[in-house]
Amino acid sequence: MAATQQGSSTIEPATVQPPRLEAVPVRHPGRWVAAVLVGLVALSVVVSLAKNPNLDWPTVRRYLFSDLVLSGLWTTVWLTVAAMAMGVVGGVVVAVMRLSANPVLRVVSGAFVWVFRGTPVLVQLIFWGFLGAFYPTTTIGIPFTDVVFFTGRTSDLVPATVAALLALGLNEMAYASEIIRAGIQSVDSGQVEAAHSLGMTSGRTMRRIVLPQAMRVIIPPMGNETITMLKTTALVSVISGHDLMSNIQAAYAQNFKVIPLLVVASAWYLALTTLLSVPQGWLERRFGRGVAAPGPRGGLGRLVSFRPGASS
Amino acid sequence: MTLLRRTPSSTSRATERPGAAGDASSTPPMVLAEGVCKSFGHLQVLQGIDFEVARGEVAVLLGPSGSGKSTFLRCINHLEKVDAGRLSVDGEPVGYVERGGRLHELREKEVAARRTEIGMVFQRFNLFSHQTALENVVEAPTQVKRLPRRVAEERARELLDRVGLADKAGSYPSQLSGGQQQRVAIARALAMDPKLMLFDEPTSALDPELVGEVLDVMRDLAREGMTMVVVTHEIGFAREVADVVAFMDGGVVVETGRPDQVLGRPQHERTRSFLSKVL
Repeated sequence: MAATQQGSSTIEPATVQPPRLEAVPVRHPGRWVAAVLVGLVALSVVVSLAKNPNLDWPTVRRYLFSDLVLSGLWTTVWLTVAAMAMGVVGGVVVAVMRLSANPVLRVVSGAFVWVFRGTPVLVQLIFWGFLGAFYPTTTIGIPFTDVVFFTGRTSDLVPATVAALLALGLNEMAYASEIIRAGIQSVDSGQVEAAHSLGMTSGRTMRRIVLPQAMRVIIPPMGNETITMLKTTALVSVISGHDLMSNIQAAYAQNFKVIPLLVVASAWYLALTTLLSVPQGWLERRFGRGVAAPGPRGGLGRLVSFRPGASS
Repeated sequence: MTLLRRTPSSTSRATERPGAAGDASSTPPMVLAEGVCKSFGHLQVLQGIDFEVARGEVAVLLGPSGSGKSTFLRCINHLEKVDAGRLSVDGEPVGYVERGGRLHELREKEVAARRTEIGMVFQRFNLFSHQTALENVVEAPTQVKRLPRRVAEERARELLDRVGLADKAGSYPSQLSGGQQQRVAIARALAMDPKLMLFDEPTSALDPELVGEVLDVMRDLAREGMTMVVVTHEIGFAREVADVVAFMDGGVVVETGRPDQVLGRPQHERTRSFLSKVL
């Protein structure tokens, strides 16, 4: 090796750098005009908001951290977390069923997705809320036999919060299953073959090899789903689920301060969705390992690492 | 250090290589195919393969693309199911167990257990892309064989060192060259201590200058007595390393024999015309 390299000439780094290129930059008058116009519009919106007496900032301040709002906020948060957990865990099951070799499992899971994705979530919410009108009593036992483990009034078993959780969770399950199915199918079939050739069973291959790689594809849309879910919980107000929006509605039904209270609600929803993008960034980096270079920092990090040096 | 850890009874294989086929009567051949057929829909890819690989032998399958070489290789570890004919590995029918004169299909767990004894190396490497080189090698021993992590890692580092990649243990597949990925893939297969290694065009996806490093590892493996079935277009490797060369075309084995026979004095016109194109 050394002998062959002696014959070839190596390129020495240039000792004298050539002079830096000097040129008159291209002017962009259009950018300046657009910036001034948009800036003016934005400024006028902010000023009109700040000066609008109907906004009633003292009321906003009074309600922002009131017990009523905070308890509603707590319901919204746990409902979001619980419905998403139900959606993701159930979604994996439904996705695996849809990809199963068993035709019965495929058809049943397909029908499930068809129904729960094909009807408005508002309709599903009201449906679960009025389940007692549909099935007055609930009985758990072995189908088509007289064996009964438990029976009771449906309206006692399914209060508003449970109905809300069922409606949101099942609806999310249908959407999540499609996202997860796409993620599973995005993993190269060679990965499965390699795992099988090493003696791994299908279940272990799914858990150890396919799902971790599918996560990279699954997480960004699931982040979207979580944010959508947080806002969809506001619909729970139609069955009085005592979430943030329900409590806000209850408050302005009494004092008629509709606008300030809606500002309070918006502020909290905006704060929560902003917070949610942080764990999404973590998860994306965690499951993006091994795929090219680490991407830009996600979530709040993006705001912090805004680079003014980049040419616009 | 060697790539293989053999039980004492089998360590002498490398020395008995020249006569390996001779003592096939006492132990069953490692791979035995009789009239193996396989169709995909209307396309019959394998039309009756007869083929035999003795313990410790290196068999090379040559042939034009579409001749069924890779399909046959995949049948050997049951990645494809055979339609007709008999195929056995180490005396046991692939994918079945013989009880009371009848074949019973194996359950998934039993198929998986059989596969642990057969290593496979793929054309596209198929390293687990979310795991480092070391994690790739450790995965099956810890998950399937339930080896303690410490033991599996120690062995994995030995194997990576042996394929010349001790310093790449922490690298992800995307950070490795094709040749390095394929050597990790070989180490990963060897970590299960297989009795048979299958290579499906292991150098076909590599840049020309990276082919040598992979063939070197395979040559060492052959020298240590591993039974290998290799689908390749590397005629030089076949000539130098193979004990048996089989030329396949149109789903059948056209010609089989020692490399100097098949490659040097081919008997069939199809073999001659193929060799004249690739040499």
